Amino acid sequence: MPEPGGTNGAVRIGVYICHCGTNIAGVVDVGHLADFASRLSGVVVARDYKYMCSDPGQELIKQDIAEHKLNRIVVAACSPTLHEPTFRRATEQGGINPFFFQMVNIREHNSWVHTDRAAATVKGEDLLRAAVRRVRLHKPLEPREVPINADVLVVGGGIAGIHAALTLANAGKHVYLVEREPTIGGHMAQFDKTFPTLDCAACILTPKMTAVKMHPNITMWTLAEVTQVDGYVGNYEVTVRRKPRYIIEDLCVGCLECIEACVYKQGKVDDEFNVGLGKRKPIYISFPQAVPQLVVIDPDTCVEFKSGKCKKTCVEACGDRLAIDFKQTEKMETLKVGTIVLATGFKTFDPARIPYYGYGTYPNVYTAMEVERLVNASGPTAGEVILRDGRKPKSVGIIHCVGSRDEHTNKYCSRVCCMYSLKLAHLIKEKTEAEVYSCYIDMRAPGKAFEEFYNRIAEEGVRFVRGKVADIYPAGNGDGQLIMQVEDTLLSMVRKIPVDMIVLSIGLEAQADAQDVRRLFNITCSGGDFFMERHPKLAPVNTFTDGVFLAGCCQGPKDIPDTVAQAGAAAAEAMALIDAGKIELEPNTAHIIEETCSGCKTCVPLCPYQAISFLAEKKKSEINEVLCKGCGTCVAACPSGSIEQNLFEDGEIFEEIKGVLNYA
Amino acid sequence: MPDTFEPKIVAFFCNWCTYLAADLAGTSRMKYAPNIRVIRLMCSGRVDPQFIFDAFAKGADGVLLGGCHPGDCHYQEGNYKTLRRFHLLKRVLADMGIEEERFRLEWISAAEGDKVRSVVNDMVEKVRALGPRMPTLPQPMHAREVAVS
Repeated sequence: MPEPGGTNGAVRIGVYICHCGTNIAGVVDVGHLADFASRLSGVVVARDYKYMCSDPGQELIKQDIAEHKLNRIVVAACSPTLHEPTFRRATEQGGINPFFFQMVNIREHNSWVHTDRAAATVKGEDLLRAAVRRVRLHKPLEPREVPINADVLVVGGGIAGIHAALTLANAGKHVYLVEREPTIGGHMAQFDKTFPTLDCAACILTPKMTAVKMHPNITMWTLAEVTQVDGYVGNYEVTVRRKPRYIIEDLCVGCLECIEACVYKQGKVDDEFNVGLGKRKPIYISFPQAVPQLVVIDPDTCVEFKSGKCKKTCVEACGDRLAIDFKQTEKMETLKVGTIVLATGFKTFDPARIPYYGYGTYPNVYTAMEVERLVNASGPTAGEVILRDGRKPKSVGIIHCVGSRDEHTNKYCSRVCCMYSLKLAHLIKEKTEAEVYSCYIDMRAPGKAFEEFYNRIAEEGVRFVRGKVADIYPAGNGDGQLIMQVEDTLLSMVRKIPVDMIVLSIGLEAQADAQDVRRLFNITCSGGDFFMERHPKLAPVNTFTDGVFLAGCCQGPKDIPDTVAQAGAAAAEAMALIDAGKIELEPNTAHIIEETCSGCKTCVPLCPYQAISFLAEKKKSEINEVLCKGCGTCVAACPSGSIEQNLFEDGEIFEEIKGVLNYA
Repeated sequence: MPDTFEPKIVAFFCNWCTYLAADLAGTSRMKYAPNIRVIRLMCSGRVDPQFIFDAFAKGADGVLLGGCHPGDCHYQEGNYKTLRRFHLLKRVLADMGIEEERFRLEWISAAEGDKVRSVVNDMVEKVRALGPRMPTLPQPMHAREVAVS
């Protein structure tokens, strides 16, 4: 194959060393590296420049390609995960194949992790030498193009999933929204008010929930979980397990008469929606505004499921609507989608892990989530803040940072607890006129209108105590009063504050099954098991798996405004892929060299994607490029070296090895 | 052994976990020994045994492989293939007189920048203690048999 650029087969390399301001140049001698590169075999031009990724930096490459008839480009700068696409594009715009390019990571892997200038510069030399030796062997490649299925899967029906689904559906995309609970709404549906505006959570959420249900472009499945994900960006095949509701959805009218008619006259089991503060029957609806507006039967507690001898008064009440079906079974469904938005949310911290706060031991210690339900008009006390014995608390202590900013539990800040603590302080004060003590480590109010909200609550007379509560113990006066012992760091004294009720402002944690879910979708977790974004600033809703996006607290603790903004961003990223109609895939697939393939079939079972088949008539293996994902496992295993991987050919790697070791 | 001996470690890091972990170590400005040279591959499963032999033959004092944790491979199970090869290679390298500490496999996820730092530092120290790798020829078969009997 003739070399491009009319250079009669000679390799002509241009090498560019980026200063990245002082990020690289501060540690690595970039001038020296350019000088060093200029003396490597095949190098025609070597330059150092302040910011290679800038327009003038890229222009430099293009001009040099034209002027010096370059046919290979090496840029030593940041990680290829950041700017490889940028420089490939510049290379292509300069008129040569974009894969005649190699990037050298001298920032993340060098200047940012080393301090010794001489050693870092020598390392830079080695890495450059490797790239220059490698790039000589590069071949022109064409990116693979695959079409994108326009349908989107949204996993999780909290506010993040709801907003992402609605945004996509409004843009005309078909969305499958999968939620494992019997209703959508997530945690937000359990809240009474939202900070800092104190608008009613249900008033702003339920219209969106109904919109999801009514939207012609949304297929909503509750009691459903994703069990398998196959395929790749643009062409995912997703298996969803739909658990039985024991209610025929099309026949149930949501009259709720069956709940009334249940043989249990009172609630029997802890009501999940009210975090155990109330009881529900085995046939129930999570909350009055649940979407879908359908009852559900819990087979673990329903008499009919346990004994088969129930009078089935619920079926009687349902009458000729015939909506109850005890024989429903689990269904597996397969979806074909092009992109996926993960909005799987969070779980709250279990304060029993901090025994000295007495949660579960002292009945008057509550979690913030429980208090959310107490202050909620549709909650177990119809909005009255009363203790378990029915008394109204006269004094309440709120403890911030329970399970956050703590070496023994979670080191991170959960971001929302300061603000929801202020909100609960306000609501408790409003409803009980109790004296409220809020014990904080630092007051974190960094959002829009947050500091103003803090000032407002302070003016309302909430007592703020700067200090971490060290102990909670009974006052011993027989009425359940507790002593909250805290070192007030502003007064420099230990205080023992008697209170009737304690609210633990519990932090946010990743879902218990976050690790399983991320394996399912082939993504990564960062600290605390929250899903990892591709780049915290440049690709905050993308993952390292193309076509899988993140929204909401599954990526990290955040408040509702940020969650909604992120859900919108995730929807936009999915749309950007869909509307492009096709996507380019890295051409790093493997192929068989037929002449030397011995037909041993070693490679065939190694491929996790069944991309390799054995052609019996030819006695050779064959790789289906569409199915190949470019891991290179078969390449490494082929005994006769008859498989090559584009971009990672054996010869290229051997040149890199020689290069880094300065081996002639 | 000269005091100035600085071991050279060639590392093969997978694109999805360990290479990103090294990127994270960078963005977090963690500091580690400058003796490592990373070669990026899509998957640790791409590590051909020849790469290891070649690196040692061409002067590497140590070779480090980095892949995703078991069960976390971006390509489902490439890291298991690496693990199998690693155990076999270790025995072959031992026969060639290459000390155990010079060849290492580590599972480092994209979130474990700190593990890159500690593994690299630890390996550099261990290989530094061993000194430069002297090219030793395998003992002839008959000599070994004599030694055993």
